[in-house]
Amino acid sequence: MNRSLRPLAATATIFLLAYAAATFQYPGMLSTRVLGNFLTDNAFLGIAAVGMTFVIISGGIDLSVGAVIGFTTVLIAVLVMWAGLHPLVAFAVALGVSAAFGAAMGAAIHYLKVPSFIVTLAGMFLARGGASVLSPDSIGIKHEFYTAVSKSYLLMPGGGRLSVVGLIMVAVFLAAILLAHRTRFGSYVYALGGNETSAALMGVPVARTTIQIYMLSSVLAGLAGIVFSLYTSAGYSLSALGVELDAIAAVVIGGTLLTGGYGFVAGTFIGVMLQGLVQTYIVFDGSLSSWWTKIVIGALLFMFIVLQRLIFTASAPNRKVLWKA
Amino acid sequence: MQTATTDAGAPVLQARGIGKVFGQHRALDGVDFEARAGEVHALLGENGAGKSTLIKILTGAYQPDEGEVLLNGAPVAFRDPLQAQAQGIGTVYQEVNLLPNRSVAENLFLGHQPTRFGLIRKSVIEARAREVLATYGLEIDVRAELGSYSVAIQQIVAIARAVELSGKVLVLDEPTASLDRNEVQRMFDVVERLKKRGLAIIFITHFLDQVFALSDRVTILRNGRKVGTERLQDVTATDVVRMMLGKDLAFEHHPTGINEGPTGPVRVEFNGLGKAGRVAPFSLKLHEGEVVGVAGLLGSGRTEMARLMFGVDLPDSGQVSVDGKPTTIRNPAQAVAAGFGFCPEDRKLDGIFGDLSVRENIIIALQAKLGWFRALNRDEQDEIAGQYAEALDIRAANHDMPVKLLSGGNQQKVILARWLAIDPSFLILDEPTRGIDVGAHAEIVRTINRLREDGLALLVISSELDEVVAYSNRIVVMRDRELVAELSGEDIAPAVIVKAIAENNTGAA
Repeated sequence: MNRSLRPLAATATIFLLAYAAATFQYPGMLSTRVLGNFLTDNAFLGIAAVGMTFVIISGGIDLSVGAVIGFTTVLIAVLVMWAGLHPLVAFAVALGVSAAFGAAMGAAIHYLKVPSFIVTLAGMFLARGGASVLSPDSIGIKHEFYTAVSKSYLLMPGGGRLSVVGLIMVAVFLAAILLAHRTRFGSYVYALGGNETSAALMGVPVARTTIQIYMLSSVLAGLAGIVFSLYTSAGYSLSALGVELDAIAAVVIGGTLLTGGYGFVAGTFIGVMLQGLVQTYIVFDGSLSSWWTKIVIGALLFMFIVLQRLIFTASAPNRKVLWKA
Repeated sequence: MQTATTDAGAPVLQARGIGKVFGQHRALDGVDFEARAGEVHALLGENGAGKSTLIKILTGAYQPDEGEVLLNGAPVAFRDPLQAQAQGIGTVYQEVNLLPNRSVAENLFLGHQPTRFGLIRKSVIEARAREVLATYGLEIDVRAELGSYSVAIQQIVAIARAVELSGKVLVLDEPTASLDRNEVQRMFDVVERLKKRGLAIIFITHFLDQVFALSDRVTILRNGRKVGTERLQDVTATDVVRMMLGKDLAFEHHPTGINEGPTGPVRVEFNGLGKAGRVAPFSLKLHEGEVVGVAGLLGSGRTEMARLMFGVDLPDSGQVSVDGKPTTIRNPAQAVAAGFGFCPEDRKLDGIFGDLSVRENIIIALQAKLGWFRALNRDEQDEIAGQYAEALDIRAANHDMPVKLLSGGNQQKVILARWLAIDPSFLILDEPTRGIDVGAHAEIVRTINRLREDGLALLVISSELDEVVAYSNRIVVMRDRELVAELSGEDIAPAVIVKAIAENNTGAA
């Protein structure tokens, strides 16, 4: 098996085993109802993690994701409740603002040669601070559009409900898989993560691609903010605190190498679902503290980092020599 | 393999009167160069001769300050290597500049993948990749990661990419440096095929035998000037080496009378020391009060030999004995304990601690030898530093100034002082006069002679034949990572050394 596929296979196996064990204990967990909730509850995390996947594959990191989600929820609430805009218009504005924000971060990373860690850390403070300046208090959103969206869902067999936000996440993942594996942009992202110098010598437009990557991450964070806003019907500057770290965890657990160059969008989906599974298990159990989620995620993360190290050092280039006779 | 004799076609890439200046330093001066269709044109020169500057100008990485570059007779000015690539000049470097994390097929076509509705047509790319590689005699799984294949295969994929995208001129910048003999042969076959397809191939290498095996013509640079362009069938290896090193073989006589051979007892003996792929096993005895010079071209294994001796690299064969007793040296700390000292070639990178003071730089090896618990106090430090600074005539305003502010010659003497402070019995100097102004050369040479008189055993690696001849009791010659000759007495003369370096080169490979 291709060695970059191994962490993904490991994640998938662990997810299936964990799910099987959980359903053995609580048979109720095996239903489309639970699956529907999985998708709805983790939609914003999943969408943000997709953007993070591209960033990490390219060899960078984006710490501003949670703050952009928080900023977006406040911006939408302000535009809808105070400025009286239609939510769809507010969504478009929010996506435009986050795109510009991401482009600025990408440009700073490329042209100023500053590590993405620092630039996006600054972005995190800016976005979080900006959200608090817009409104330090939580703003509830009351609009018929929100009511309509929260009432719409696709009925799955078995009575499960696939909500609009869950549907958005699934669509984002499918589009992202195509983007990563079947477009030139996708191949440039992997190229940057493999070796930026080689990529530049091979003609990859490094500046444009870097800016596009951080734009994509911020736009998806903005979309996650929209989803979070629909999900909670509120805008609050301190919402989605630390989501960037959950997203990074999901990406790494999903088999993407933190040093860049290797990874799968589909793996991130499993990583997000694994986090959702742990949360659901805790809800079903009822007696466990929700902090157990963090402990399990921490343990999984550590395990995956060790696993990747083993796979990528043990099976460093084996010398196949297959000359034509 | 014999020298190719096919007459090449029209000039494809020409450079006329190229000059390039970096600050005060003139890297190239009025260099003419031309590569014809269907020829392999070798470019030779020692370090600092201007090879890489010329290549960077031809491939668009630098812009010339003087002169012009013509492609198919029309003047061109490349902004960057990508533009040069798009107009027909592809380059393959020693370090494969591809993406080990992506498939072979993607590496061949990255940035040029055929798409339909914005989506890459993977099957088309893979079929094309198989087709292209088949013309190079390569049948591999093009979907596998490039990094899973050997460097030789990666190198050929890099050549295939360069030829596919450019297709007129192929620049091979030391493509064989990390390949073994068998792989080099494969590479040659590929180059022969491309030559028949009418490409102009510019070949840069340290290996003279490969130049003779593969190339039609050779251009030799020295100190930024062109020494000449020759058809290889008209010259011998000795001619080429002489052109590279610029030695006037008229003066043949050994200037001093120090070559009467070893007198003192054997200090260090290396027996069959070697490491596969770095240096072939060699044996060498060094006596008290003796300087052994090491001559050879760049990349001949001189530095690798010194690193093995000092335990920087681990040998996989051979024994070392010091003063007749077998000694194990598996790391530099053990070498220091055995009384060895090593002044490396790249002073700035491996030698000095630029921000530390002269005093600290001098005492650091002694302190390391003494260990943590016998710290030298300030007075002792000052005394030791002062003593050696005086002995070696280190010119610094005071001993607390950062060593990076000193001139190259004085830095070199600080490193020498550092090793002398531990009272070594065997000292290795790798290119002690490189990057030092000419006046200071003589001083370093005087110092070497004085250390010999003090009874040290010294191994001195140098490209400066005149200097090696001036201070060596014996000279060993390295070629293709092998110790090929040991010269003493009357043989210590530039002409003999040049001959030893060049010998058999035409017959090899």
